[in-house]
Amino acid sequence: MFRWTRRSVMAASVALAATFAAPALQANAESVLRVIPHADLKNLDPIWTTAYISRNHGYLIYDTLFAMNEKFEPQPQMVDTYEVSDDKKTWTFKLRDGLKFHDGADVTSEDVIASLKRWGARDGMGQQLMGVMEEMTAVDASTFQFKLKEPYGLVLESIGKISSNVPFIMPKRVAETDPFKQIEDYTGSGPFVFVKEEWVPGSKVVYKKFADYKPRSEEPNAASGGKIAKVDRVEWTYFPDQTTAMNALINGEVDFFEQPANDLMPLLEANDGLTVEINDPLGNIGFARFNHLLPPFDKAEIRRAAIMAMKQEDYMTGAVGDQKFWKTCYSVYPCGTPLENDKGSEVMATGDIEKAKAALEAAGYDGTPVVIMQPTDIPLLSSFSLITAEKLRNTGFKVEVQAMDWSTLTSRRAKRDPVADGGWNMFHTWWIGADVIDPMAIAFSGNPDKGWFGWASDEELEAARKAFANATSAEEKKAAAEKVQERLSAIGASGHLGQFFVPVAYRKNVKGLIKSPVQFFWNMSVE
Amino acid sequence: MAGNPGQVDFSESADTTLSSRKDVSLVAIMWRHPSVFWGGLLLAVIVVIAIVGPLFTVDPVALNPIKRLKSPSAEFWFGTDFLGRDVLARVVHGARISLVVGLAVAVIAVVLGLLIGLVSGYLRWLDAIMMRVMDGLMAIPGILLAIALISLSGATLVTVVIAIVIPEIPRVVRLVRSVVLSVREEPYVEAAIASGTRLIPILWRHILPNTIAPLIVQATYICGSAMLTEAILGFLGAGIPPEIPSWGNIMSEGRTYFQLTPWIIFYPGIALALTVLAVNTVGDGLRDTLDPRIARKM
Amino acid sequence: MLAYIFKRILATVPVMGVVALFVFLMLRLSPGDPAAVIAGDYATAEDIARIRENLGLNEPIVVQFTKWLGQLLQGDLGISIFTNLPVTTLIAQRLEPTLLLTLTTIVFTVAVAIPLGTLAAWKQGSLIDRGVMLFSVAGFSIPVFVLGYILIYVLSIQLKLLPVQGYKSPFTDGLWPFLRHITLPTITLSVIYIALIARMTRASVMEVLQEDYVRTARAKGQSEFKVLMKHAVRNAAVPIVTVIGLGIALLIGGVVVTESVYNIPGLGRLVLDAVLKRDYPIIQGLILLFSFIYILINLLIDLAYTVFDPRIRY
Repeated sequence: MFRWTRRSVMAASVALAATFAAPALQANAESVLRVIPHADLKNLDPIWTTAYISRNHGYLIYDTLFAMNEKFEPQPQMVDTYEVSDDKKTWTFKLRDGLKFHDGADVTSEDVIASLKRWGARDGMGQQLMGVMEEMTAVDASTFQFKLKEPYGLVLESIGKISSNVPFIMPKRVAETDPFKQIEDYTGSGPFVFVKEEWVPGSKVVYKKFADYKPRSEEPNAASGGKIAKVDRVEWTYFPDQTTAMNALINGEVDFFEQPANDLMPLLEANDGLTVEINDPLGNIGFARFNHLLPPFDKAEIRRAAIMAMKQEDYMTGAVGDQKFWKTCYSVYPCGTPLENDKGSEVMATGDIEKAKAALEAAGYDGTPVVIMQPTDIPLLSSFSLITAEKLRNTGFKVEVQAMDWSTLTSRRAKRDPVADGGWNMFHTWWIGADVIDPMAIAFSGNPDKGWFGWASDEELEAARKAFANATSAEEKKAAAEKVQERLSAIGASGHLGQFFVPVAYRKNVKGLIKSPVQFFWNMSVE
Repeated sequence: MAGNPGQVDFSESADTTLSSRKDVSLVAIMWRHPSVFWGGLLLAVIVVIAIVGPLFTVDPVALNPIKRLKSPSAEFWFGTDFLGRDVLARVVHGARISLVVGLAVAVIAVVLGLLIGLVSGYLRWLDAIMMRVMDGLMAIPGILLAIALISLSGATLVTVVIAIVIPEIPRVVRLVRSVVLSVREEPYVEAAIASGTRLIPILWRHILPNTIAPLIVQATYICGSAMLTEAILGFLGAGIPPEIPSWGNIMSEGRTYFQLTPWIIFYPGIALALTVLAVNTVGDGLRDTLDPRIARKM
Repeated sequence: MLAYIFKRILATVPVMGVVALFVFLMLRLSPGDPAAVIAGDYATAEDIARIRENLGLNEPIVVQFTKWLGQLLQGDLGISIFTNLPVTTLIAQRLEPTLLLTLTTIVFTVAVAIPLGTLAAWKQGSLIDRGVMLFSVAGFSIPVFVLGYILIYVLSIQLKLLPVQGYKSPFTDGLWPFLRHITLPTITLSVIYIALIARMTRASVMEVLQEDYVRTARAKGQSEFKVLMKHAVRNAAVPIVTVIGLGIALLIGGVVVTESVYNIPGLGRLVLDAVLKRDYPIIQGLILLFSFIYILINLLIDLAYTVFDPRIRY
């Protein structure tokens, strides 16, 4: 009886498994780049979500009108030539010849306009651009025109935006999807094609080379220049476990590891077959965000006192580790970018508990406890939260750390209610450098109705941001950006915790990595 | 037996059915089962460390970023973790957490299971409903149930204990119920019912005492498995809040550094394995001694 | 007997009902708001409200439950919030690795645990017996993930015998790659299960060895091996099979951890992911599926007894 049971269960299970097995694999002489991406690709609509992983996916399968080079100057990508009228209110663009979607259709002006509209409904910079837009018209199949209500300084910066949400160009039928619903058709015109049949959400994403893609002739330079697919397939395999991911790379089971934990570096660097390097020159900026609506952080003086306690070195050593992967940066714009400056940076640079104590006393803190939300599933932010808690306690704040996962945190931080009704006082996060490169970043908003969680409110700040958007010369922009920084410091908008870099690690046979704040997969080959 | 799916934990061993059951004093148990002695001794040592140990260690949550990921040394016997916290202090404090979780889960599961089991074993009309609910709960894999419950209510020490308790309850209920069903057929119970004794005194005087032995045994197994479940939940990032240094949390935080600084996982891992081993060994010995026949019915 | 079988099958219906109700309530009352997670960093309160609307999260809970149950009865587990794919598709994609891992684990466990347990029972009180018992207690005491890391470190990184991670399908990638990739996860997952079944086998065989007919067989001079195989193991099979069925629940818990450590794209990873992201439809679908499998297996085992065990009559 016992034997009967076992054998039949086995037989049944094998039969069942066979039913679900994929069809047999074709013989392959294809070149494959096997990648461990920084996160699991959860959804495929880079306009619907700001998730960086969806953005990276977007860059593989979609193309953009303009694209940033290493100096953050927008360069034409899908656009061939463009003209601006003398009154700076009419912009005319002509698309390159031979641009095709993956289904074989030509890319037309109609597709471009529909895509920009959808993006303009979701993206912050897109909304601003649409705010000054009189109309977008298709002149002919490959020419389109913007008519603006007033001259605007960030037209190309907006449509050439490098990070989320990137204005990717989709076919008109796809771009007409409600901006608040996900798209279901993944046809793009980029250098790779998304292979839907092989997508295993939570685990594997496969792209194959798009044979009809017409790259530009320039050398690749960040997002700009020629996007040449040098491998037949790109396979993303997501690893939830860092140790396993590292071992897989060491063992040659994958080629490229996008974001290994900094602490694993000694083990990766010790391996002769691997290259470890910093690919994103801007790195990430750690943020401690206050809720400006609730006491005690409804007072600028108290926020500034808290910022004074935040010594960047301590955050960086504790959460990032080895000093070659971080530096202090007291400019709100990432150090090493055009707008970096030191206006009003003395508060941020204080990093001294005693001075913070004195400032807190002068500000008249009444003992209202500070509720810090700690996202325990994200180690870096978890560490930031614990370090802040200790620093604020030493400064004289009463602190309560509430542990939760990131998804709970993201829902709770949207609440403006008092702490007793589910509100909060502080959370920590990071922005990639490219996202906070200029005053238009939502992180720097001073408008409590439309701004980032925490709802800083400062009219002078908003005026300076608007001045930046409208500035047409480099000097005006610089001056406006400095003013923005001064105001951010004066109101103690957020604590800046330092600039840190996450290296990539890959096997030595991988060539052609492009230096950029965003991970691109064109131009990369496996030898 | 077939219609009575039972317990996933240990079951009886036949040899002990032959042993005398007259003398059940602690000394006698230890004499007959040396493993109980060693297990008990180990457990006692761990309990003492858990109670007294924290008085002699540094603050287990004090951060020291400069001294992060240090190897074991004279200053830090067990090394430091990624925030520069003393692993020894954390492991010693973790003993408290693990024992509290184990004990709390065992006690709560046994008490709740006992109440439900007694009542439903005695009241036939309630029995059918309760058993369907228990079957339903038992069908949901315990870890999944616990993860889901914790994400439901937010991770705190209390919710984690509750989340571990709930999947354990059906097993206790089944055990108690089977005892009740067999005892209520006994002549002395039937006599009591016939003479008009009310429900509560019958349960209290006649039925409850019969459940105690198998429940104590069951409690030790629940205690051991609760400590392991806590560690697994911590590992999966769905356990006790991480500022509490439970063994599961310490290991979970150390997993990224496993090949770099293995001691962060090694020491709490050893502590956990030894504690569970001690509890299970004691449980085995108690079961063999107290009542193998009833344990069998679990 | 047919009536019994029918009754037994019918009895699973209310159990499934309890599971369904429990699963639904548990997850819908959860505090995390999937709409806010989806909306991301730039979202305003209105964006979040619109997404909530689109996902149907604003409707009264009773309406949500009725709708959900209706779909469920038609075999529709809903659409995953994040990936926008049907949950049934996601489950079908992930079924093979988990099913085969479970299967290899059961085979390996039975192949190791039953001989061990029998041996221990036969040589009761010997060093072998004590060794087996010690292993079976220790097996219950080691956290699965610690064991997994140690095996990877020793066998893959140091000795380079086996791959670190991943899954290869025996149907598309071939049997040999499949076996190489499945070996470490199988061993890791088996340990606790071997501990359980070796113990159970030992106890059952020991009990059978006390029975009169075994004594008779021995007295008739049959070889020890024959006695063990013919009488002891065969008759001890019923309780052992019961434990194998019950152990399925244990196995499913272990699968979540093992798949995470070895990066196997199976159902365990799917469920953990879904919980962390609050993807309700996936969590509901998977808990229901696992519970259903558990109920089904135990039903089959019960029915197998009525057919094959002459001692059990209903």
